[in-house]
Amino acid sequence: MQFLGYVSWRLLKAAALLVAVISLNFLLIRMVPGDPATVIAGESGMADADFVARIREIYGLDQPLLVQLKTYLVNTLSLDFGHSYRLQTDVLALIIERLPATIALTGAAFIFSLVVGVSLGVIAGSRPGSKVDVAIQFVSVALYSVPVFWIGLMLILVFSLKLHWLPASGTGFEYGQIPGVLEFLSHLLLPMITLSLFYIAVYIRLARTSVVDVTHQDFVRTAKSKGLPSAFILRKHVLPNAILPVVTMAALQAGHLVSGSIAVETIFAWPGIGRLGYEALVQRDYNMLLGVFLVTATMVVLLNLVADVLYVVVDPRIELVR
Amino acid sequence: MRYFYSVPRSVLTFCGFNWQIANGAGIIALLALVAFGASPISPYGAWEIAGTPCLPPLSPEHLLGTDMLGRDVLSGVIYGAQSSLLVGLASAGAAIVLGIVVGAFAGYYGGIVDDILMRFTEFLQTMPGLALALVLVAVLGPSIWSVVIAITIVSWAPVARLIRAEFLSLRGREFVLAAIVLGQRNTKIILSQMLPNALGPIVSTASLKVSSAILTESTISFLGLGDTTRMSWGMMIGNAQGQLREAWWMSVFPGVALFVTILGLTLLSDGIARSGSARKQSML
Repeated sequence: MQFLGYVSWRLLKAAALLVAVISLNFLLIRMVPGDPATVIAGESGMADADFVARIREIYGLDQPLLVQLKTYLVNTLSLDFGHSYRLQTDVLALIIERLPATIALTGAAFIFSLVVGVSLGVIAGSRPGSKVDVAIQFVSVALYSVPVFWIGLMLILVFSLKLHWLPASGTGFEYGQIPGVLEFLSHLLLPMITLSLFYIAVYIRLARTSVVDVTHQDFVRTAKSKGLPSAFILRKHVLPNAILPVVTMAALQAGHLVSGSIAVETIFAWPGIGRLGYEALVQRDYNMLLGVFLVTATMVVLLNLVADVLYVVVDPRIELVR
Repeated sequence: MRYFYSVPRSVLTFCGFNWQIANGAGIIALLALVAFGASPISPYGAWEIAGTPCLPPLSPEHLLGTDMLGRDVLSGVIYGAQSSLLVGLASAGAAIVLGIVVGAFAGYYGGIVDDILMRFTEFLQTMPGLALALVLVAVLGPSIWSVVIAITIVSWAPVARLIRAEFLSLRGREFVLAAIVLGQRNTKIILSQMLPNALGPIVSTASLKVSSAILTESTISFLGLGDTTRMSWGMMIGNAQGQLREAWWMSVFPGVALFVTILGLTLLSDGIARSGSARKQSML
């Protein structure tokens, strides 16, 4: 019962966040200098008086601001994200079409960075102060400092342009082709690694700290004084307790991968919503841009919700604090 | 988190702490020197067509080569330090000041003020930072100040939460209670009693804020959304993207400069965090 209460409280919070995000979106489009009607029309030459007047009517732009906000909230919540007058399509339809590519890229990057980061972090944390530990920590600091878009270009330079091992752009699905699994993976590899590097650094840090932390608790000391072999202690006593917080922390950060994929998708011509957002930015297609931003923020909110709930499910010791 | 720094203490004292702060500070000092002394140091102007286009590195008179218009890459890297430093310091400074004001307010007054302010920071922290910064720059228009404003907006919230936590724990301490009993004004208590005691963790966060601001600025410029009237590393890399195959040096060297700068700031922040009172605050 307490758990149900917790979950519904979290759901309520997520819903409130979503309304806040939509209101922020509303605010953003009105921050653009100029008449919102011409902004929505795409500031293009086709914005003749009749057209602008029609947009003003559709979006209720002649109404008071609060009424406009209500219209916008109702429209957005009923999944009407408006129309991209630049691309002549429905905003939501195009986003949904592009979403799978982004989910594939960010999902792969999430799993890859988690596996690599946690493994390295555990190796470092189980021998604190050793040469291996110092080396892994150095790698972590270096990966943390490398600009994502630049390392992406460098990987293209080395592995695509010089060595010709991997393709530099696209997914393999271009021109209506259906690529084989291997071909798709070869397209996925470079963008996935590029997007992962920063998070590998973060997860190394988290896992290392967590392992060192657990190693100093009483039950580990007890296991040591019982004379258990250290590999056994690590596997049976330390890891189960150390990995949990890392995985849940990681789930909390997963949403931000989507934000990070904007630059990566742009560099690798990956046809996801990050690149869609970038194109909208460059072309000042505000309806599309805010649609992409809204979907990205919604994904973050939902992933946080999942992480919050998972956290309690996997670790019964957590108090259900509101 | 506590044990993280206390365990390898022996390692830290002889190579970690001094090594990190020394190198980090050295890199930042070099960056500042290059940024302030750009015009005497730089062999050519940032935008000057100084030679034949697409000269490779180690060409006579062009150590790092030239770009597709014949501009000197080394000069571009030197002038680019100015934008990075300016944006990094301005937006980190603004974010920290804003964070301190909001955090102090929330932590000192508590109650409903605290509730509202903290829900707001929570909301901002949930937003995907880079995406929001990009949208804000697009909305505000491409100038260096809209980049600064955008980065400030997406980065002040964690500072506010940090300061709030410090203020909450200081609020019940004897010297604060004494000041209240003595009838000091709230602003005076906040400024003279509590703030000096709450600033410890800010020091290492500050360095981290500068580095993430520089990184965000370079991403914005790389995507071609920044201030195109100022030379910046991100912009150089973005412009050179199409020439990657023929002229790698145009994108490699600005990137190296960026990487070394961020590395310096990360080391500095980590070194400060590991030493002394701010031990609990690491780069994450």
